[in-house]
Amino acid sequence: MNQTTEAAMTAAEAHNREFLVFSLGEEEYAVDILKVQEIRGYENVTRIANAPDFIKGVTNLRGVIVPIVDLRIKFHLDKVEYGGQTVVIVVNVEDRVVGIVVDGVSDVMTLSPDQIKPAPEFGVTLSSDFLSGLGSLEDRMLVIVDIDKLLTSDEMELVERVAE
Amino acid sequence: MDITDFYDTFFEEAEELLADMERYLLELDVDEPDTEELNAIFRAAHSIKGGAGTFGFDALQKTTHLFENLLDHTRKGELTLRRDIVDTFLETKDMLSDQLDAYRNGDEPDQEAFERICQILQQLALEEIGQDLDEGGAAAPAVKAELEPAATPTSAPEAEPAAGAGQRIVTLLNVGEKDRQLLVEELGQLGKVVSHQGDEQRYEVVLASTDSDDDIEAVMCFIIDAEQFQIRPVDAAQPDVPADSRVSAEEGQRVITLLNVGEKDRQLLVEELGQLGDVVSQQGDEVRYEVVLASSVSNDDIEAVMCFIVDADQLQITTDGGAASPVVNKEKAGAAAVPAEAAPKAEPTPKPAAKAPAKASKPKAKGPETSSIRVSVDKVDQIINLVGELIITQSMLDQTVSDMDAVADSALLNGMSLLQRNARDLQESVMSIRMIPMDFVFSRFPRVVRETAGKLGKEIELVTEGESTELDKSLTERIIDPLTHLVRNSLDHGIEMPEDRVAAGKPRTGRLTLSAQHQGGNILIEVIDDGAGLNRDRLLAKARENGLPVSDSMSDDEVWQLIFAPGFSTAKAVTDVSGRGVGMDVVKRNIQGMGGHVEIMSKAGEGTRIRIVLPLTLAILDGMSIKVGGEMFILPLSAVLESLQPAKEDLYAMAGDDVVLKVRDEYLPVVAVHEALDVPDAKTKLTETIAVIVQGEGRRYALLVDDLVGQQQVVVKNLETNYRKVPGVSAATILGDGSVALILDITGLHRLSRAKKEVRRPERTYQSLEALTDKELETSS
Repeated sequence: MNQTTEAAMTAAEAHNREFLVFSLGEEEYAVDILKVQEIRGYENVTRIANAPDFIKGVTNLRGVIVPIVDLRIKFHLDKVEYGGQTVVIVVNVEDRVVGIVVDGVSDVMTLSPDQIKPAPEFGVTLSSDFLSGLGSLEDRMLVIVDIDKLLTSDEMELVERVAE
Repeated sequence: MDITDFYDTFFEEAEELLADMERYLLELDVDEPDTEELNAIFRAAHSIKGGAGTFGFDALQKTTHLFENLLDHTRKGELTLRRDIVDTFLETKDMLSDQLDAYRNGDEPDQEAFERICQILQQLALEEIGQDLDEGGAAAPAVKAELEPAATPTSAPEAEPAAGAGQRIVTLLNVGEKDRQLLVEELGQLGKVVSHQGDEQRYEVVLASTDSDDDIEAVMCFIIDAEQFQIRPVDAAQPDVPADSRVSAEEGQRVITLLNVGEKDRQLLVEELGQLGDVVSQQGDEVRYEVVLASSVSNDDIEAVMCFIVDADQLQITTDGGAASPVVNKEKAGAAAVPAEAAPKAEPTPKPAAKAPAKASKPKAKGPETSSIRVSVDKVDQIINLVGELIITQSMLDQTVSDMDAVADSALLNGMSLLQRNARDLQESVMSIRMIPMDFVFSRFPRVVRETAGKLGKEIELVTEGESTELDKSLTERIIDPLTHLVRNSLDHGIEMPEDRVAAGKPRTGRLTLSAQHQGGNILIEVIDDGAGLNRDRLLAKARENGLPVSDSMSDDEVWQLIFAPGFSTAKAVTDVSGRGVGMDVVKRNIQGMGGHVEIMSKAGEGTRIRIVLPLTLAILDGMSIKVGGEMFILPLSAVLESLQPAKEDLYAMAGDDVVLKVRDEYLPVVAVHEALDVPDAKTKLTETIAVIVQGEGRRYALLVDDLVGQQQVVVKNLETNYRKVPGVSAATILGDGSVALILDITGLHRLSRAKKEVRRPERTYQSLEALTDKELETSS
């Protein structure tokens, strides 16, 4: 029926998983910690001409040119000024390295499979295709982002479409 | 250690030898074959045979054996070369390559092909010299048996260098008149030339000298090859031991002496020898280490195995108990491979130790001693990347310390400048690792030209220039296909049939020139033919037929570029050579993919010159940093022609909102970088900007930028590794402060600015041209 229950069936995924929790405005999101390569402060990026607005540009990560994506802009949240708290989560998806700008990283959480609820249908801005589910934790709700799917999707325009 | 560990080395060596062989075969003048070249071909075949025998590659061994025998007859003048024989030899070489590939992939070679080639060679031998090469009948054993007598040192006592006071006969084989005189003169310096007589084939010099045979040999080797002379004491009997007895001698014990071989290699070698037979004893030190081996393997084979680890001159193989130290000499072994032929004239006189094996390795050692290691490209790339990082870090530090006090921090500043120099040197040497000469590319073209010309019935002379020009290895590999296509194209479409050439008052033989040269940070590779040239009218007609937008007023350059349009071929008929498969559009795309471009120059009746301009390396680029608004970009310096401040009177508004800049009677399209790349806060007054005149794909543009910052070498970083292709941008780099700068793609930028204007145009269509012109010029005033 949905990914989470499917995932729960497989032995490998039956264990608890760890997620990195980050905030975008008032909302809390989470990504699989195994995808995260490092967390660093926001540094100046080099703007890429004619790119979508949520692509801030590229930056130098120890000699590797890494594109930086602002998820707030992508998710049409209120624009927040970049400050000392602003961090870049560097994730490694499908042999690509991409940085995502978030307002802050709060903690790492372990969720058991039964704490992850299937994601309901959202509106247009955030397709549930990109969500692994909703983590419920006492009074908090974490939106668990399927970062692989999100970053390699066509609409992110991070990856050249083959047809071009 | 397993013998299979040496397979790869053997394969690579054999491949090189085959490449040499092909080159020599192609260079060979059929009417007057050069002895040196024939010897080289022979030696290549012989070396491969040795290795193939050692590793048990029977088909390869058998084929090379037959081939070698034929070559031997050829170099002795018993087989007169003809063009078709050389063709057969080339075919054999191809077959050897195929066999080698098969063995490399762990397969058995194609048996049918093997039998066919053997038969061809046999047939050739029978017809031309009336001799059945394969006396023994069966493959491998017969070959061995035939090889061994020759490889076996004779029991004839030999004058040791120490005993060199007496008279000696120096026999010269197949040495021309001029070299003979030279040699006799040379020998005269060593002692007294008692007498000299003979003819070209066999010339005997009696020399009284106190110098050792070794020294005599050393002197002669500057002029002729080791196998062209023999030295023996004047009263030593001509060694004439029956072949059979020598075979048995082979099966005995041998002393293998290793000279100056380190501990580790010694162990390796002894282990290796253990695989070939029984190691009876071993002793000695690093300088001289003796291994006694009981084995039935021929000396040649032992040598072949050892040569993968040590140099030939570090090795001596002698039969145990031999009074003197007769030495195996590869050349001689080969020369005597057919005992019946070799016995009377060229019976090898074993020579004193030391030097002989060194010469045996001659096919490998070209010119001055150079040794090399094989490294995977990945490893080199990694080093290059790391050095790139180092350079960036260094320039970062440089910027940091630049504000420091020159007196107070002089130690640090001195250290920094030293670091800078070292880092540059390191970068240069690391980059040079990847550089290989263009010869690597050009060497395959004699074959291509020979075959293509043959198919087309044309007479073509191939000239190559600048073979030593070096190019990044990754580029040399990628340039081969486009270049082959261009060469075929020139042969097919460019150069006319011999009759047509004569009718046009040209020499019958067409000339195709391949040249390579450096120009700034680029390498120019040219394919030049002296054919009919491109036909402007036909190209234009064909372009119209294909629905391409053309006009008669197009410049020649533009017309020539038409041949790169997809599906464009002016060939009247599809020939065997071209008109199929990939077209020139693919050539152009491939070359652009390598960061280069193609230019065409052509003159009717005089020929066509196709020029490929490539960057020397893809990893590092000479760049000019420019500023637009607050952003820094890099332009490839090779594309920059000049820069100037545009004056108002040189700017002309054109229909739409285009502006052109007049530079020395040339009207250049103006590309405002800030517009194409949406850079905020850039200078918009045309006369305040700086126009950088750049050239891309044969066209010139004026790029408007705010400021020129400076020139620097930049490490090219691919954007597509983690991101997508960006229009107008070819790659990225990291600047001294650690920030990223984009490297601009000139033609892409022009396309981008055109596309943007296209989008904006509808809003402007209603404005009158005058109003627009005024407006543009207003902003610039």
